[in-house]
Amino acid sequence: MAERTATEGTGRRTIRIDALARVEGHGAVYVRVAGGRVVAAELRLFEPPRTFEALLRGRHFTEAPDITARICGICPVAYQMSACRAMEDACGVEVEEPVRELRRLLYWGEWIESHALHIHLLHAPDFLGYDDAMSMAREHGDAVRRGLDLKKVGNEIMTVLGGREIHPINVRVGGFYRVPTRAEIAPLRERLLWARDAALETVRWVGGLEAPEAELECELVALRHPDRYPAYEGRIASTAGLDIAPSAFEAHILEEQAPYTHALQARIAGRGAYLTGPLARYALNAEHLSPAAREAAREAGLGDVCRNPHRSIVVRAVEVAHACEEALRIVEAYVPPERPAVEVEPREATGHGCTEAPRGILYHRYDLAEDGTIREARIVPPTSQNQRAIEEDLRAAVERSLDLPRAELEHVCERVVRAHDPCISCATHFLTLEVEDT
Amino acid sequence: MSARRPRLAVWKFASCDGCQLSLLDCEDELLAVADRFRIAHFPEATSAAVRGPYDLSLVEGSITTEGDAEKLKRIRRVSRRLVTIGACATAGGIQALRNFAEAGAFVDAVYPRPDLIEALATSTAVSEHVPVDLELTGCPVSKSELLEVIGAYLAGREPALRRDAVCEECKRRGTVCVMVARGVPCLGPVTRAGCGALCPAYDRGCYGCFGPKETPNVPSLARWWRERLGAAPEEVRRALSTYNVNAPAFREGAGLGEGSGG
Repeated sequence: MAERTATEGTGRRTIRIDALARVEGHGAVYVRVAGGRVVAAELRLFEPPRTFEALLRGRHFTEAPDITARICGICPVAYQMSACRAMEDACGVEVEEPVRELRRLLYWGEWIESHALHIHLLHAPDFLGYDDAMSMAREHGDAVRRGLDLKKVGNEIMTVLGGREIHPINVRVGGFYRVPTRAEIAPLRERLLWARDAALETVRWVGGLEAPEAELECELVALRHPDRYPAYEGRIASTAGLDIAPSAFEAHILEEQAPYTHALQARIAGRGAYLTGPLARYALNAEHLSPAAREAAREAGLGDVCRNPHRSIVVRAVEVAHACEEALRIVEAYVPPERPAVEVEPREATGHGCTEAPRGILYHRYDLAEDGTIREARIVPPTSQNQRAIEEDLRAAVERSLDLPRAELEHVCERVVRAHDPCISCATHFLTLEVEDT
Repeated sequence: MSARRPRLAVWKFASCDGCQLSLLDCEDELLAVADRFRIAHFPEATSAAVRGPYDLSLVEGSITTEGDAEKLKRIRRVSRRLVTIGACATAGGIQALRNFAEAGAFVDAVYPRPDLIEALATSTAVSEHVPVDLELTGCPVSKSELLEVIGAYLAGREPALRRDAVCEECKRRGTVCVMVARGVPCLGPVTRAGCGALCPAYDRGCYGCFGPKETPNVPSLARWWRERLGAAPEEVRRALSTYNVNAPAFREGAGLGEGSGG
């Protein structure tokens, strides 16, 4: 990016990158090096705060899915799902299985759209040395067009089920406003048959991209479900043995405010930084991937656990393949549910919801008054959970690369951040890159 | 060749990214748009950045900090045509609800150390800070309207955007009126068309995400809601207090005064 400042002096170097490109929202990185050591590595999220938790107070519980969707245009369905699940938990309501299947289908649509966007438009240009997908398309036109068409399939699922791809209008507490007819769902089948093969082709393509060496040491946290690769449901689990219900989230995960960022940062009580998202989901749930997705992962050399953030592009592609197969399964078996939603009566209660947004676990908690008015809301998006782990990764990457010229070191930093696919709009309910060598 | 392509810039202030994502969601047209324009500033999509001036600037997001207000003025100076995209840039977005709360109350509620947060007491539309050439409403904007704005620019004409109500789109689509037939409260009569009348087609009332139509009669609709549909005044106030709460017609209809709040 253009906006950089640097100061160099006796034993002091300052590198700053004030505006990260190809990430969602405004962010910066600030790294300070002294005596050959990294003394500070900060991911600064500078998107201005929009204070959703505050503006939700006094709203009706039925408004939360539409309002919280506006936190993020990239993953609105994730907000709608976590909000619905929290409200249904508060009101003691269980949504019927056919409606849950439709919610999963909607969620797979968002995963396909969001992952295809990150893989092809945001991340792949780093491996191949382009500024963007548009210029990459001149040499790698087939891959870019395939990626755009995959993305479009995700959007088509969301449009059929949700009315539109960004801020879908058909999701409500208790289910949907209207469920699609078979005739409305049917055209998705042919598209998904194509997408399933295209996704496997994408796994082979990104599997062959040369990734820098890196090894994340932090704890990996994801939902885990006894027999599904998790999106809509599951308990919160980790590689260090965490295994809790979503309602126990706040007892185990602490959010803190650092002076240099508008996002609250999370850590696990008694331990520290953790990472949520594709690497964590894969590490904890790979056995539940569809056979073809699992085979593609094996061929791409992922192993049982992948701790290299640059290889997250492969995991995302594997997840797209899985999402396409699951979506196809739901589409082929689709019979319209008898009713689009269950009635939900409010009560004075607290409800918790945690689902897997494309970038990782998204937690909502609401305290409701008897008439359904929201008294308090708490929302913990994946990027604020990942911020510390990204900073640790940044520190490690800079320490490995101290002998590189400045421009290359800056590029290393940018690549690290982009590999983690931060969503800054989410995290502040805010990103800028500064590297300072002192 | 490339020297003659107009320069397109996309800017972001306080927002969800959804409106600029709408451009990336034009999967079939994106590469063609990239051929016809020089994409000079679009950080979400490209690391390349070209200095201004820019021929067409698309601005997403509302103004919530002193720094952003200053940045917007710089953008205006280097932009030949400046178009706001979406409810945040055009009306202040849902974050404009803070304009009607006690100063600082919202930041205090979210952050343990509110003193570390730099933010204005209000969230305001781009047009409250600089002259705007065109405003495209919607939360999010419609892809087809966004392409119309871009295509019209290339053709050197004014874009053809709808100014009528969502009701007109329901009639054209053949959707039975949810309010008349089923008593479902709907903001369609006062909301600008452009979405394709999605909500009624999905059996729910319009919730006004495209903002007020030209010359809306909000008090009349509010009376209908109360008298014919039995809606409580609180329900009317809430319905008008969402993504376009700071658009004058909705703000006044919600009883939140004539100023821009705050």
